[in-house]
Amino acid sequence: MSDFLMPMLGADMEKGTLVKWFITPGAHVNRGDVVADVETDKGVIAVEIWQSGDIEQILVEPGQEVAVGTVLAKMRSVADKERPSVPGPKIIEQPMPSEAEIPQRVHASPLAKRIAEDLGVDLIKIKGTGPNGAITRADVEGAAKRLKEIPQPTVIAEAVAAPVTTGVASSDQMRRAVAAAMVRSKRDIPHYYLQTDVNVQKLMSWLTEENRRIPVTERILAIAPIMKAIALGLRESPEFNGFYKDGAFQPQSDINLGMIISLRGGGLVAPGITAVDVASVPEIMSRLRDLIERGRRGKLRSSEITSPTVTISSLGEQGVDVVYGVIYPPQVALVGLGGIRERPWADSGMVGAAHQLTITVSADHRVSDGHLGSRLLNRISELLQNPEAL
Amino acid sequence: MKEITYREACHDAVRSALLADERVFLIGEDVGSYGGCYAVSRGMLSEFGPQRVRDAPLSESAFVGAAIGAAMAGMRPIVELMTVNFSLLALDQIVNNAATLLHMSGGQINVPLVIRMATGAGRQLAAQHSHSWEGWYAHIPGLKIVTPSNVDDARWMLQAALADPDPVLIFEHVNLYNEKGALNESLTAVPLTGAAIRRTGNDLSIITYGACVNKSLRAATELAEKISCEVIDLRSLRPLDEATILASVRKTSRALIVDEGWRSGGIGAEISARLMEQAFYDLDAPVARVCGAEVPIPYPKHLEDAAIPQVASIKKAAETLVGSHE
Repeated sequence: MSDFLMPMLGADMEKGTLVKWFITPGAHVNRGDVVADVETDKGVIAVEIWQSGDIEQILVEPGQEVAVGTVLAKMRSVADKERPSVPGPKIIEQPMPSEAEIPQRVHASPLAKRIAEDLGVDLIKIKGTGPNGAITRADVEGAAKRLKEIPQPTVIAEAVAAPVTTGVASSDQMRRAVAAAMVRSKRDIPHYYLQTDVNVQKLMSWLTEENRRIPVTERILAIAPIMKAIALGLRESPEFNGFYKDGAFQPQSDINLGMIISLRGGGLVAPGITAVDVASVPEIMSRLRDLIERGRRGKLRSSEITSPTVTISSLGEQGVDVVYGVIYPPQVALVGLGGIRERPWADSGMVGAAHQLTITVSADHRVSDGHLGSRLLNRISELLQNPEAL
Repeated sequence: MKEITYREACHDAVRSALLADERVFLIGEDVGSYGGCYAVSRGMLSEFGPQRVRDAPLSESAFVGAAIGAAMAGMRPIVELMTVNFSLLALDQIVNNAATLLHMSGGQINVPLVIRMATGAGRQLAAQHSHSWEGWYAHIPGLKIVTPSNVDDARWMLQAALADPDPVLIFEHVNLYNEKGALNESLTAVPLTGAAIRRTGNDLSIITYGACVNKSLRAATELAEKISCEVIDLRSLRPLDEATILASVRKTSRALIVDEGWRSGGIGAEISARLMEQAFYDLDAPVARVCGAEVPIPYPKHLEDAAIPQVASIKKAAETLVGSHE
């Protein structure tokens, strides 16, 4: 028997609200299955399980808020059959199970079902109080009322569409979460900052050529090859890729790049793309698109929230030239990207025009020093001079 | 308001009918010299004479048949059958003649017949005098089945039944005859059919008739602090007042049917089926029934009580149906 715990979905998370179970006692789960939705200050996260086995007992009911590490469910695991590996984030390919696929008979009155449909309430989340535990109108209406009080993913989605009317509560919460993480970062992490201007003329020409050959929906933006270059650079500078925990640096073998996505309703999330150093540029692009889209809808998975080993902050599209970022703990580095602009570029005694990008690195001085930081920046710059090799 | 017994209300109804219309006469076993098995017609023989208050031989088939003939010929007979059990001896006359003649004559011959009979358990009269078969009669097209539950209906439903051109069966519950009630003296008529809401409520509709109306009202009063019960007195089992039942259940979302008759194939089953057909998506709980136990009604008092709906069993069913909310 093993325990399935409330995961820590980010350094600043202390507790989470179990929003919905996708499993029932007796259900068989496979490693990587999404088993629950958990709400944190940053939105609703689909949580995966890292052991295969059978769920024995569910201990936390939807709607309950519990501390990180609380046992959510008991399971009988298929131990030792799995290849030995560090439980860690992997690319999840299983789609989220839809409601229809969950084999669970809900006893609800016809009226309760009708009202649940009208109010958009999921009956699986509700505990019935009617005859034989059936869900009644009052249960549905009570749940609908509670849902209104807890900010839901839909609220965030609505906040994107209409921030003035509905986004207030969720953006307040998110603001508090961002504040907590940033205070912790600035208090605990001795930051140092390096900056370099990179000539990306070749990259831009290469992108123009590449995009001519592919459909508009698959067009590659400069961010994808830049992420690849950053990932490859990090492979040679392990001092920036990992976590500072319990007074020591823990380098990570996977290179997972978090991307800061600002939500139009306020606040931000920083989900990650895993193993960027071994992914192709088009693959990075498509995963980034998916991530941004789901991030804005509040539909991220737990592995995407916890996985980033280094975070990227890109504000170039908003007219910014240089970004000096604040490290997201327990990470130890953040790469800032300014805008790509055509500017004067001196080369061999001649001044010409070239597309340029200012890259910065904010790094944790407890782990690395400036010369390591400059080596990383230079390597990224070099890699970007040879875009077809990325 | 005047306090009278249900028996007095029935008596006044018959007497005023005899006074009001020359065509009206009363016929049945022991209605004359004895004054009626339940003393409803006491004193009427001397007041109206043997032509209009007629003791009949012990042959239900014969005197019900005679009354049907009289009704066809223009009279307005009131037949008293001692109990619903004995009415079975006249079943052929009631079902095959009274209920069919309008149809079989192509609308030429109607049968303005009224039959009063005692129904139900509670007087320790054992299995041959205590059953509740009004639900059976409600199965038959061509009949109207009414069940006065209080003194107002006992006083005025007979008048409405006599005014109806077709056969009407009035079921008077034996346990009600001694019950006192406040007669609304401003009333001069009541409708023959159509349900009445005896108590309004929001959580649960108790649908009942006859002697179970008072029991349901008592249960509703005792439950009032936790469950707000609406009590519907059907008054008429055929036709059923669907509009009132459906409107109530759509409001409360829960239905409890209380019927002293047996559960299997009873009027409660019919009401439940209609709720399924027409109010399914308004139901917040399965329809529940409190019915008579499926045994011949026992003679011993405690067993007789246990065999029919009581305030306690109605309360328990209501609490189960509403669940733990209220």
